[in-house]
Amino acid sequence: MTALPDEATGDLTAHFDDTLGHERRIEPRDWMPDAYRATVIRQIAQHAHSEIIGMQPEGNWITRAPSLRRKAILIAKVQDEAGHGMYLYSAAETLGADRADMTDKLISGRQKYSSIFNYPTLTYADVGVIGWLVDGAAVCNQVPLCRSSYGPYARAMVRICKEESFHQRQGYELLMTMMRGTASQRAMVQDATNRFWWPSLMMFGPPDDQSPNTAQSMAWGIKRHTNDELRQRFVDMTVPQADKLGVTLPDPDLTWNSERGHYDAGAVDWDEFMAVVKGNGPCNVQRVARRQSAHDEGAWVREAASAHAVKQAARKDAA
Amino acid sequence: MAGPQVRSGWPLYEVFLRGKRGLNHVHVGSLHAADPEMALHHARDLYTRRNEGVSIWVVASADITASSPDEKDPFFAPSGDKVYRHPTFYEIPADVPHM
Repeated sequence: MTALPDEATGDLTAHFDDTLGHERRIEPRDWMPDAYRATVIRQIAQHAHSEIIGMQPEGNWITRAPSLRRKAILIAKVQDEAGHGMYLYSAAETLGADRADMTDKLISGRQKYSSIFNYPTLTYADVGVIGWLVDGAAVCNQVPLCRSSYGPYARAMVRICKEESFHQRQGYELLMTMMRGTASQRAMVQDATNRFWWPSLMMFGPPDDQSPNTAQSMAWGIKRHTNDELRQRFVDMTVPQADKLGVTLPDPDLTWNSERGHYDAGAVDWDEFMAVVKGNGPCNVQRVARRQSAHDEGAWVREAASAHAVKQAARKDAA
Repeated sequence: MAGPQVRSGWPLYEVFLRGKRGLNHVHVGSLHAADPEMALHHARDLYTRRNEGVSIWVVASADITASSPDEKDPFFAPSGDKVYRHPTFYEIPADVPHM
């Protein structure tokens, strides 16, 4: 950032605040406070990394999909996750973040991704439950981000949300199909639901009283609702879906509270959440190692493409 | 949009899509590619997975010349005070037809 005299910074801050105050978008080359830039980069990078790492749990099942139809759907979905990662990295780059640097930070653990992807996918029902619960939670989180104050992020989110709707629906449809199947298929769906329910609730982040950055992020318009508000919205929307599907959500305390007009849910195990965030989930090491090896094994492709580009350019110059 | 130079070996390209015949190309995002040909293929894979476009332009980001970012920039001042360029500037009686 260019060093500016204090009074100039004051004018710029006033202009920035005024833009936010009128619900107008901040665009890449606008002046913005360093802390805003850093926070938006961190948020977008973490989101991008989640999409990229998020390819692994489901990619795990592509070669063992039960039918060609399911396989085509799953490949399309995993391709979408890659695409979402690319939209987001490109949005982060408009703020001056470097793509190779973000990949380094992911691999070295200096930037995080969503803790949900550190859980294993044990059966094909997990593919359905990820679509239903994990992508359902993601939609809850992401729809409000289409109104993020940072223009390129908001625009990327509009595109992503459209595609997430397919993800959620294919998952639910897959589960409905299994629920019409054999007793053991129904048991698989229930088991997958049991394993993914609590980690899905954790996707919204720590409770509001333990989320110190929420107030600032809301003031900046880069977060539109608190973690607990979004979690509540997700619970309220999911309970009737579970009923319709015929599975039981693994929370004995889940009850309708007519006074609040919402479901009351049991306590989330935040110690487990913190342990997974800190790297001690079932698959943290495996996920990062896989990302590292994909990066390393792709090195020759990147080099070959660069060499080809240089050769083509030289030929063009000679002609 | 000459942003900060990135160290990832491949240059950055801006992608523009024509959604359907009769519409302008619109900027949709950016991507890295080794050369323009690859940028075009990546743009197809990344931005048109669901028939979002019938034509794609890719432009090296470094080749774009842009105005200063500030909306209040004096660069746009010349059009600010010329209300007579708009049809509503002229008062015409309501009973004049087709005006």
